[in-house]
Amino acid sequence: MALFRKDDTAMIDRYRWWEIVGIYLGIFAFLFFLLSPFIEGFLVSLKPLSQLFSSPYTFWPENGSFAAYFDMWKTVPGFARYIFNSFFISIISTCIVLLLVVPAAYAFARFRFAGMGLVLGAFLAVSMFSGAVLLIPLFRLMRTLGLLNTYWAMIIPGAAFLIPSAIWLLRTYMMRIPTELNEAAYMDGASQFYTFRRVILPIARPGIVVVAIVTFIGAYSQQFIFALTFNSKTEYMPLPIGLYAFFGKQEVIWNELMAASFVGILPALVIIFFLQRHLVGGLTAGAVKQ
Amino acid sequence: MIKSRSAMIFAWALLAPAILYVLIIVAWPLFETFRLSFTDASLRKVVNYVGWRNYEKIFNETFLTVITRTFIWTFFSVLLKMIIGMCGAVLLNASVPGRNIFRILTMPPWIVPMAIGIFMWGWMYNGQFGMISGLLQRFGLTDGPVAFLAYGSTAFWATIVTDVWIGVPMVTIYFLAAMQAIPKDLYEAAWTDGAGRWTRFRRITLPLMAPAIITMSMLSLIATFNSFDIIWILTQGGPSGQTTTMIIDTYNTAIGSKKYGEGAARAVVICLFLSMFCIAYFRIVRRLADPGKA
Repeated sequence: MALFRKDDTAMIDRYRWWEIVGIYLGIFAFLFFLLSPFIEGFLVSLKPLSQLFSSPYTFWPENGSFAAYFDMWKTVPGFARYIFNSFFISIISTCIVLLLVVPAAYAFARFRFAGMGLVLGAFLAVSMFSGAVLLIPLFRLMRTLGLLNTYWAMIIPGAAFLIPSAIWLLRTYMMRIPTELNEAAYMDGASQFYTFRRVILPIARPGIVVVAIVTFIGAYSQQFIFALTFNSKTEYMPLPIGLYAFFGKQEVIWNELMAASFVGILPALVIIFFLQRHLVGGLTAGAVKQ
Repeated sequence: MIKSRSAMIFAWALLAPAILYVLIIVAWPLFETFRLSFTDASLRKVVNYVGWRNYEKIFNETFLTVITRTFIWTFFSVLLKMIIGMCGAVLLNASVPGRNIFRILTMPPWIVPMAIGIFMWGWMYNGQFGMISGLLQRFGLTDGPVAFLAYGSTAFWATIVTDVWIGVPMVTIYFLAAMQAIPKDLYEAAWTDGAGRWTRFRRITLPLMAPAIITMSMLSLIATFNSFDIIWILTQGGPSGQTTTMIIDTYNTAIGSKKYGEGAARAVVICLFLSMFCIAYFRIVRRLADPGKA
């Protein structure tokens, strides 16, 4: 993955000045589209309510302050709890996915057996059906198991839909581990399990870390429909649902809602900036033949 | 590749937990959806089989409108994602200073919790105080405030724009990766022969990226068809059903009105469309991987 490579500016890549201006204008328009909700959201979080609810519209905050970031803890009493819940649900989901996916990906990467293509295809097909389609039986299943209004009602279905991409990603990674290692281990009399546990897993660790990060981000960013439908207890709500309840009220205190949103997206932003190198590779794996 | 008998047993043992999990959480519910669609399941304890009655009941003009609307909504959303994603990939592929930072800056809509991004759009679309209406008024493009989510036609496009916003980063990064996999010497050869930038894009980049574009459109089609959060948070399918897609419709029937049987029938129709997309996708991918076979 060479997305962040520094290449020498060859003749072919020389631009005339107006081309450079055009490229930058294009990039800024593109990024403005992608980032304007965040910029606007951030500015709103700094504006006092009186300025927010006034016409004409003013882009820049006057007397801006971070007051909303302090007041929101009172307005959204469960805020800290919601953040904890979001993290808790994402971490447990990631652990479940890893436990299931690491052995499965190894099986797909290293063994050839009858029906493998079919099983792999079936796994990938899972990602094509969203949870929304299966909501009714899942709801009944959770009710039968007595899991409604618990963390598990959000974790168990959520994790299932994170499995396909995780398998695909890790399989791609593990296929690059040389088969000679398996052969050498076999010659030394190591069992299949020993080889997997002591030879393959340590080598695959960087790949597993990438899969863990991508899965965590997926789990953190897609907490909505199961949490909306399978849980009605405030103390288990993840952040998006906690804020959604707040968002639906008659008089929305927008500056505090935006402040809360920013604190909620902070973990994701931190991950982007520290791990972008792994991320781009991880998120686009399989896109291009390596 | 390892093929011995004990190895095979080991391989299935490795797969078993994941297979079991997916069978219980995805395959069984899928089967249940089909079964329930032939029943009058609701909150009551008793469940009776009613044959095709649910299907007879749902296939009316309203439902056909919902299907048409879903397809139009999905079509424009996917089309815009592809066009904007391609433009973004071309721009970010240009060798200008700062491009690494620009590439990172495309990612937030994709990575942050979806619902929270949608809340921000909810504010942007606010008629009285939101940014879009505010800026339009300031530049004199509209006379008064525009409450985007209050009218069917604007709400329809507003939800598409938000969906595009969430989808574009992935498409861009994916296209960018595919673009960089194109051998550099092709461009150099064309450049030596005097081909301009546009010709090189038209004759080298686009044809060589066709597999990536097709794959991404199919994946995007499936994801967009399944889109729930955006419409639910912004409009809940309103005003007066103008943004009700099949998923929203199913949710309202099943979870809103607790008509599980009828909701299941609606979900089955969605599943049929999704399976068609899914089969088409696998066929295309196989064909792209092995052109001689097809």
